[in-house]
Amino acid sequence: MTGTSEARDGRIGNWKVGVVTSIRRESASGRSITIDVPGWGGNIAGQHTDVRLTASNGYTAVRSYSVASAGVGDRIELAVDRLPSGEVSPYLVDTLREGDELELRGPLGGWFVWTPQQAENVQLIGGGSGIVPLMAMIRSHEASGSTTPFRLLYSVRTPLDAFFRAELESPSANLEVTWIFTRHAPSGYSRPAGRITAADLEAHGFPAALAPTVFVCGPTGFVETVATALVALGHEPDRVKTERFGGA
Amino acid sequence: MAVISRGFIGRGGEANPDLPAGQYLTADFPVLSAGPTPHIDTVDWQFSIRTDSETLHTWSWDELHALPIEDIHTDIHCVTRWSKLGTSWRGVSLDTLFANVTTSDKFVMAQSYGGYTTNVPLADLLGGQAWIALEFDGDQLDPEHGGPARLLIPHLYFWKSAKWIHGLEMQSQDEPGFWEQNGYNMYGDPWLEQRYW
Repeated sequence: MTGTSEARDGRIGNWKVGVVTSIRRESASGRSITIDVPGWGGNIAGQHTDVRLTASNGYTAVRSYSVASAGVGDRIELAVDRLPSGEVSPYLVDTLREGDELELRGPLGGWFVWTPQQAENVQLIGGGSGIVPLMAMIRSHEASGSTTPFRLLYSVRTPLDAFFRAELESPSANLEVTWIFTRHAPSGYSRPAGRITAADLEAHGFPAALAPTVFVCGPTGFVETVATALVALGHEPDRVKTERFGGA
Repeated sequence: MAVISRGFIGRGGEANPDLPAGQYLTADFPVLSAGPTPHIDTVDWQFSIRTDSETLHTWSWDELHALPIEDIHTDIHCVTRWSKLGTSWRGVSLDTLFANVTTSDKFVMAQSYGGYTTNVPLADLLGGQAWIALEFDGDQLDPEHGGPARLLIPHLYFWKSAKWIHGLEMQSQDEPGFWEQNGYNMYGDPWLEQRYW
């Protein structure tokens, strides 16, 4: 079957074999994984990749993961949160080691993406591991020297659940980061712990009148809440791009 | 040759003949949409088939419900790799809706409230293969899942089953819809794994 689909999917190319060069702990259940993928050739911020695992009996499992890195070259970074009932994410988080090979196919997707040519204000809103494609946009923004204003609202349960915490705690001049803690906020943090609300979007997001492009990524409930609130605040629905994750 | 993933066992188990290659079973019903969920009042709702600039066949919510509503039991396959087997829907067959439509065009662009589009050959909408679905699992369709009404074309990847369906426009040529312009296959047969360009 794969022969057929690979011929058909010529533009995406064949499965490529990557080698894991480093794994970093992001949270108790999250890891960022840097992989050298000869032939990858670079990706736009926000794109994703298929990852294929093969058991010794030939059984395979494929899932898509957002790429946390952007730009040219064959080295990419993924960041994965372990889903308790998942099949692939527990392997990537708990079993995978540096030096292991991993099959990838991509980059995929042309909608939930940002390129440095875009000049409008950008509002990023991420929940949990939904930060991953947004991180690629933040990195692309910084690497390109773009002076377009970026704002990020990042919702996590506690500070310890944040991915890319160090990087986001010292943002570049054109990026404003607002943290939303849903379970426990650090002591002294002015906003009490709780889920994101329209008031958070109004207080810290770009106003609808500035017509920002808005990228929202996270679990379904989070994205539904945020996207509905954005439309109620006057954002044009076609300027609100969403990516929801479900499944395992 | 596939690379063996050291230490990977997976769920494995018996191969399920109802599961296309590259898919996994889910008991959930994941939501995947490119933007905010539109909320449409059925009082204002309308469905139409446009064959040319002069000819528009339209149905209101009540007019649609006056047509025969069929029970549909089917498997569904999402390009993001989840499949759900034995799902239950109710809806109006596209055969019923096309009964009085005359067209020589072979292709259709489905258009949704909120601006989503997807292309499908007319032949794939006829012959008991496609419906305007109004209910899922005994309940009215949630807005998140495409309510009040969505296209249901279960033999193609599920992005072809346009949520919040508003109309069908006949086309002489096969033009790409929304996801088809953004990297996904023009046809989308899950049994051939026609996922991407």
